[in-house]
Amino acid sequence: MSAAPGAAGAARAATYTPGPRGTIGAVRRFLVSASPHLKGPASTPRIMWNVVGSLLPIVGAATYFFGPSALLVIAAGCLGAALTERLFGKSGSLWDGSALITGILLGLTLPAGMPMWMAFLGGAFAIGFGKLLFGGLGYNIFNPALLGRAFLQAAFPVAITTWPAQPASWWALRGDNFALPLMQARAADAITAATPLGLMKFGGTGTGLLDLFVGATGGSLGETSAAVILLCGAYLALRGYLNWRIPASILATVALFAAALHAVDAARYASAPFMLLSGGLMLGAVFMATDMVTAPVTNRGRWLFGAGVGVLVVIIRVWGGLPEGVMYAILLMNALVPSINRVTQPRVFGTRAAKEATP
Amino acid sequence: MRLSFGFAHGVHPPDAKELTNRLPIRRMPFPDEVVLPLRQHAGKAAKAVVRPGDRVERGDTLATADGFISSPVHASAAGRVVGIDWWPHPDGSMQPAVRVAVDRYAPQVPRPRLVPDWHGLTPQQVVRAVQDAGVVGLGGAAFPTHVKLVPPKDARIETIIINGAECEPYLTSDHRVMVEYPERVHFGVRIMMHALGAPRAVIGVEKNKPDAIAALRAAVPPDLDVTVLPLTVKYPQGAEKMLIKAVTGLEVPSGTLPASAGVVVQNAGSAACLAEVFETGLPLVERIVTITGHGLKRPANLIVPVGTKLRDAIEFCGGLTDDAEEILFGGPMMGLPQANLDVPITKGTSGVVVLTKAECRAAVSYPCIHCGYCLDACPMFLNPSMLGDLAGKGRYDEMAEMHLADCMLCGSCAYVCPSNIPLSQLFQLSKAALRRGALINQGPTVPAPATPAGAA
Repeated sequence: MSAAPGAAGAARAATYTPGPRGTIGAVRRFLVSASPHLKGPASTPRIMWNVVGSLLPIVGAATYFFGPSALLVIAAGCLGAALTERLFGKSGSLWDGSALITGILLGLTLPAGMPMWMAFLGGAFAIGFGKLLFGGLGYNIFNPALLGRAFLQAAFPVAITTWPAQPASWWALRGDNFALPLMQARAADAITAATPLGLMKFGGTGTGLLDLFVGATGGSLGETSAAVILLCGAYLALRGYLNWRIPASILATVALFAAALHAVDAARYASAPFMLLSGGLMLGAVFMATDMVTAPVTNRGRWLFGAGVGVLVVIIRVWGGLPEGVMYAILLMNALVPSINRVTQPRVFGTRAAKEATP
Repeated sequence: MRLSFGFAHGVHPPDAKELTNRLPIRRMPFPDEVVLPLRQHAGKAAKAVVRPGDRVERGDTLATADGFISSPVHASAAGRVVGIDWWPHPDGSMQPAVRVAVDRYAPQVPRPRLVPDWHGLTPQQVVRAVQDAGVVGLGGAAFPTHVKLVPPKDARIETIIINGAECEPYLTSDHRVMVEYPERVHFGVRIMMHALGAPRAVIGVEKNKPDAIAALRAAVPPDLDVTVLPLTVKYPQGAEKMLIKAVTGLEVPSGTLPASAGVVVQNAGSAACLAEVFETGLPLVERIVTITGHGLKRPANLIVPVGTKLRDAIEFCGGLTDDAEEILFGGPMMGLPQANLDVPITKGTSGVVVLTKAECRAAVSYPCIHCGYCLDACPMFLNPSMLGDLAGKGRYDEMAEMHLADCMLCGSCAYVCPSNIPLSQLFQLSKAALRRGALINQGPTVPAPATPAGAA
């Protein structure tokens, strides 16, 4: 590149020297960046904090129904998650808000009487093993909150299935929240009450649908109010922070499958509305299955993923050993997401025409 | 009759066209010096035919086309050739350029009719005249216009589509041309229809320019089959394949040129330029540029002599504000950033946009959270999320299988990405890596020039 350009050696070899500067640019430097130079309004922390915000009404509902115990359990889960993210995550990753989502969601899957140290441990496990081990935000395969709950269910099967009944006073704790680690928790003061699904499965009795919808039932903190969860989910879906196809697909599949079973034998199988409103299905369908990181990226994949979750939920609830199956249904489908993504790639613009053109 | 003429997916960036879309086109005075790079177009660089010290009039040939896919360069002002030097080029490299010191007291009157009269020319003569006039696409890619005026051997061109979408934010030069010179656009269409033997033409204009649509409709010549079609307002509506989809409903098959669908797309500004060249007899020596942005004191639509330095153009527009951060040639979605104020405005510069600090992208990016926004934005229905993942790992061959070649770098994916991942940049680098790999595998053959996919 040293030869002089231009007409057959006629040009002199000259080098560029900056011209007279005029009135601008005496010492000015400009940004040089790759296109596009504009950026849309969406940002990952904004999405995450919006999800956190939309979870707060659910936390509020849980507190309304379960008293201060709900706040204690959720706070312990959040603390475990946040501390782990801060200690072992990339610097600053705590502030993207995703660890807090995991903590709140985990707390919402636990019963109110859970000792706080267990919730803390669950939060730490969820972030440490569910997320950071895979490489942090965006790299995990399984929903961290559900992984944390799966861990707690394996480690503390009794504590996680002890459902407190409504005590006389709202202020009363719903269990031994302050139990020391590894100590035998004091037997709950309150009488334990079964969840609607447990009643259905093991006792064969149903619960009123209105109670289920409003949330005045036993169960985990976030298993109660379908109405609040749906409202919060609708807000996120309108903002575009949640893909409505996944909950729609899950709920539709569960409804259809349950309705079909109910039509076969109404005595043995619960009705579709009961299936939809009971247990953790609402929270799972709206907030856990829609976790962007662990759900498919294609719209067709999202329908497929939701259908898979729905079918598994009903199978586990009806024929499995557990009364509730949302957690395992979502975790199982999480494992299939890479394959779902692969088989539901969008049709590239212009490729159908190409196929038609080549005989 | 379809109700909406558009394409699927795409994005809606804030267009900021209100800065200039009501401002009439004005003429900028001649600067003290113009710098005319020998390569201002897609294809081979022109060959200089002047020597330092030569005296040139406005419109004189400084460099001739080197082959068919090449375009000559003409003096944009009368003066004396100072040198043929390496000079900063808008693409970021140093390129040979003819520098002309403008004669302050020259009348700047061109020699009479350097381009022949249009009447009675055969299509071949039109193509020749267009090449000699140095006309290139003014939408950004600067593909030589005459190449697209030669009818393809194996297909008949049924429709000429004039791209008046101007979907890039900020830019209004085509808009103003369509409002102020609709007859000129139609005359350019007439020349193209004559050269290509095409029976009909469609001018696609986004609906946010109702004045342009009205002006064009009022000026349609009675003897031509020209339709003015309002298009949905969406980026990248002006991308060639998106425009063809919007106008004809056809998808141009992957990996082929629009001619295979019987369509040729030309930019509205290019059509007007073609007409102007034949009207005035003066080659392409000036162009209409939108110089705008929130970082500029007095945005304007200007007729600028080709080769005017960025510095002179900005000074004419009142200078930069204190928070000006980035200067772009072209629009903010696909434009090239400029680091040097001495770069010349070339034939392909459709706009100069000065962005403020608040508008520029942040430097921080997050990991991909698989939100899928980019899949819903990509007008080509690619999977930018997965492609970006593969690009990060250097798995370029797998990217090629996933139709990376269909990516036109419109930037829609990176615009919507909440994690601020520089997806277009990754794809540009991957394409370059694949080209390099192809070169190594195939030996020293030069690959065919990329298809012009100018999203004007």
